[in-house]
Amino acid sequence: MESVIKTAFPFALFTVGVLIAFQMVLMIVAYTVLAERKVLGWIQGRIGPNRVGPWGVLQPFADLLKFIFKEDLVPDKSTKFVYFLAPLVALTCALMPMVVYPFAPAITTIDWSFLPFGLADGVKQLPLTIAHIDVGVLYVLGITSVGVYGIALAGWSSNNKYSLMGGLRSSAQMISYELAMGASVLGVVMLAGTLDLTGIISAQIRSPFRWYIIPQFIGFVVFLIAAFAETNRVPFDLPEAETELVAGFHTEYSALKFALFFMAEYVNMFTVSVMCTVLFLGGWYVPGLSHVFAPGSIPYALVSHIAFIGKICAFLFFYIWVRGTLPRFRFDQLMNFGWKFLLPVALINVILTIIIVYFLNR
Amino acid sequence: MASTVFFFLFAGLAIASAISMVYHRNPLYGAISLVGVFISLSCIYITLAAPFIAAVQVLIYAGAIMVLVVFVIMLLNLDDDKPLDRLRYLYAVGGGLGVILLAQTFFIFYAVMKAPNHAADQSETVGNTLNLGSAMYTRYLLPVEIVGVMLLMAIIGAVILVRRLNQPQLELVVEQEHERRHEA
Repeated sequence: MESVIKTAFPFALFTVGVLIAFQMVLMIVAYTVLAERKVLGWIQGRIGPNRVGPWGVLQPFADLLKFIFKEDLVPDKSTKFVYFLAPLVALTCALMPMVVYPFAPAITTIDWSFLPFGLADGVKQLPLTIAHIDVGVLYVLGITSVGVYGIALAGWSSNNKYSLMGGLRSSAQMISYELAMGASVLGVVMLAGTLDLTGIISAQIRSPFRWYIIPQFIGFVVFLIAAFAETNRVPFDLPEAETELVAGFHTEYSALKFALFFMAEYVNMFTVSVMCTVLFLGGWYVPGLSHVFAPGSIPYALVSHIAFIGKICAFLFFYIWVRGTLPRFRFDQLMNFGWKFLLPVALINVILTIIIVYFLNR
Repeated sequence: MASTVFFFLFAGLAIASAISMVYHRNPLYGAISLVGVFISLSCIYITLAAPFIAAVQVLIYAGAIMVLVVFVIMLLNLDDDKPLDRLRYLYAVGGGLGVILLAQTFFIFYAVMKAPNHAADQSETVGNTLNLGSAMYTRYLLPVEIVGVMLLMAIIGAVILVRRLNQPQLELVVEQEHERRHEA
């Protein structure tokens, strides 16, 4: 019995961690949708949703119920298996990076010795991240790059020319901007000397002037622009350009399958905001907080976590703001911009960083 | 214990995806199955304590190369692959190559079984990013450079093949080249 509990305990712990993180991410995503509709309303001189609940706060749940109860249409000549697979791939790949998000600093002040069966032997801290992967940055980039299959396969399997054009555009666009994104991350990785997200944050603590947004400003701008293209958001939302392609790759999707694509887009926005925060804005680090609370204590972790979510929400607001402000690119402009401007700038940034790191480490 | 279970799970998935890749007549299903093979392989790398190789496997093969393959399949709108009667003699060649591959696999099994179990203490750090990087850029620098140059050659070759110089342009290029050689 005791050995069974000891074996099952880590799995139970991971399950609980994943459930909490999943719940949190989905709540933030649901309210990003509401915030988007509200902010867009204000930008366009409207009120936005305000019928469901006070100030419209229950609108995301009303939307979800509507998605569940709508009729689920499947096009007659679609490739059925791939048609069902595509939204699952899109949402799974969007949610998987969640396990490496560094939500807050580890809590070290709790004494775990009250746990039975010696479960707490050798446990010194409670890390507030689900999995500690040595190559966290590569993991996130890799999983999000697999997410493009969801869109490409949706476009192909719908048996609709608009969907196919959307899928093709999306795969071309994401392949092109992935290069610039990876190159812009390289500078940060070189300065921090690690691919581990927690390690990158701890390289930036001590002062806000060590946040990589200052030494890596070019990298930050390139990453931000590439992130807009990777998440198919305005001004790079060519895969679903409604004036040309009806609704792009999800023209033939309805009800809950459409909701999965919709959620995947917003979860992807959340992911790139997390990456931006961790790589360039010091993650959960709050300047001067270690003078107020002892590092490793519960209030320290709590305030850091709120700051982390706050930084992410600032990026999410920026996304919505840009959507309300900028017009859409043309496809040739998008490709020229990505290959002839963004990628060279990112590569120059990498070379400059190599030179600087070389002289710093001498 | 858990790693053995995961190994057999992902190895089985990899083999099943590989078989489905070979047997599907539809090129897109083949491509999706190949992505399945790559992802299963990367999971096996993780159980072997090589997270860097696992991440790179997903990032490069599944995330970049196969996306381009899928892109091309979608763009060409290929039909199902029909068995070609004309190339029936190739079955024998394929069978021969298959036998050679099987023999090679058994040879690797044999070599691994015979090999002394060394460096067990290093198995935790050998797939580490730092160790991998320092090994690639010091001890194995020459092989890495050779592979890099070969990849560059492949890229330049592909660009030259698709540039499709039409006939007058091609003659112009040849003439210019002749002139330059005469001057030199």
